[in-house]
Amino acid sequence: MQTTPEAPAAEPHSISQPGLPADAGTALAIEGLEHSFGALRAIAGLDLAAGPREVLGIVGPSGCGKSTLLELIAGLREPTRGRIAVGGATAAAGERLARCAYMPQRDLLLPWLSAIDNAALALRNRGVRRDAARRATAPLFERFGLAGFEHSRPGELSGGMRQRVAFLRTLMAGKPVLLLDEPFASLDALTRGEMQEWLAGALVAEPRTVVLVTHDVEEALYLSDRVAVLSARPGRAVAEVSFSSPRARPRPPAITSPEFAGLRERALAALAEGSR
Amino acid sequence: MSAGARLRAVLAPLALVAAALGLWELAARWELLADLLRIEPFLVPAPSDIAEALWTDRELLAEDGWVTLQEIVLGFALAVAAGLGFATALHLSDTLRRAFYPVLVASQTVPIIVIAPILVVWFGFGIGPKLAIIALICFFPITVNTLDGLRSVDPDLTKLMRTLDAGRARIFLRAEAPSALPYAFSGAKIAVAVAVIGAVFGEWAGSDSGLGHLMLQASAQLETARLFAAVVVLSVFAIGLFALLSLLERRIAWWGR
Repeated sequence: MQTTPEAPAAEPHSISQPGLPADAGTALAIEGLEHSFGALRAIAGLDLAAGPREVLGIVGPSGCGKSTLLELIAGLREPTRGRIAVGGATAAAGERLARCAYMPQRDLLLPWLSAIDNAALALRNRGVRRDAARRATAPLFERFGLAGFEHSRPGELSGGMRQRVAFLRTLMAGKPVLLLDEPFASLDALTRGEMQEWLAGALVAEPRTVVLVTHDVEEALYLSDRVAVLSARPGRAVAEVSFSSPRARPRPPAITSPEFAGLRERALAALAEGSR
Repeated sequence: MSAGARLRAVLAPLALVAAALGLWELAARWELLADLLRIEPFLVPAPSDIAEALWTDRELLAEDGWVTLQEIVLGFALAVAAGLGFATALHLSDTLRRAFYPVLVASQTVPIIVIAPILVVWFGFGIGPKLAIIALICFFPITVNTLDGLRSVDPDLTKLMRTLDAGRARIFLRAEAPSALPYAFSGAKIAVAVAVIGAVFGEWAGSDSGLGHLMLQASAQLETARLFAAVVVLSVFAIGLFALLSLLERRIAWWGR
């Protein structure tokens, strides 16, 4: 069998429990980031930073390189130029892979595994035995509204449930930085609202440094501490807005407040400006 | 599918076969076919004659059928083992794939069945040349389908697995191999049908037992009913093995396409 370099796992044979202590080591800094695919410049001169346990929302027009940005942070690619630091020090792709957990747009649950085995995938990949991996994952099913669905197949779950399992899989990777790529894009409006509230609660219970990419300004404002607005390709940050009240606010009063409406208008205006 | 629809799905082909057999029976009984072909009526057995041959020649058919069935199952098993192994090797090594894939496809232009006589010259009348023929013709569909399956894995899934701390081996075991399993079954189902043909050709090229051998003898002796009886047994083998694989597929690769 051909061997390709493996990403070093943070703690190869331990079961990382969710709920890491907050420390400066979890923060994320991006400076002068540029990325091109051949002649196509996807990202040009992007600076972003997220403090420990901060949720940084990123909105931008379609094709502004949001997904590329997450792949760069996750360590799936090396940027053409620029610096990505995780936990204070510049981190190469392998180190970033070990420190960032990535939740892709589609849930990508493995149809042949039960919900709990899907959620425990990172542990299994690190060589944890199945029983131990399930024992470590089961409490999260209880806490995040999935009790009783541990042994359901992904095909038997609703879209919202599948996204929950996908999020738990990301959480169970036990990494300080979470990268969420349009986590609820595939859901209907009602489920989406419910899932936003669910995620807001989950992030209060399990604080992480989060980069949340979405094209939905409202979703970004509701879930994030700060929202960066990116321009059209090549993407760079054109504006930043943040909500004054703390996160995990109940959704209906929060998103209908005058402050929220004002911020949404500012973000949308910046988005329109940056798309030109 | 409702129970009625399922019944219709079974009954429709059965009715078609029954009608065809009925027509054949009448045409043979009234010697229409023999007249049309300008041959002796005893050379055109009716389905009832074939059924009778199946019963009266049952010991002969069972004995030769057992020989052929062993050849088919062993040859097919060899092809499965070699095909899965080869597909995996080609999938994991770009160099091997670039070298072998075009050769593999080009090799299909060689009518493998015609090399049966050569194999008999080299390996004799035993089971060896039959296994080689069957394995050679089954190898291609299994290998190519499995390789397609391995390569069809969503690239986003591979990326996700990397962020979930999976190395190359675990990406293969947990994502690629299960994704490819339904494809491998598709290839195997194609292969098992041609395996039966391969066994007969292998026996025709040189053998002292097996249904292919029985057919040659029956043909020389103008025992056409026995000849058809052997064909019926071979068809039952092919259908039975195909059904067995379909059942296995539903059990162990139920997430398939």
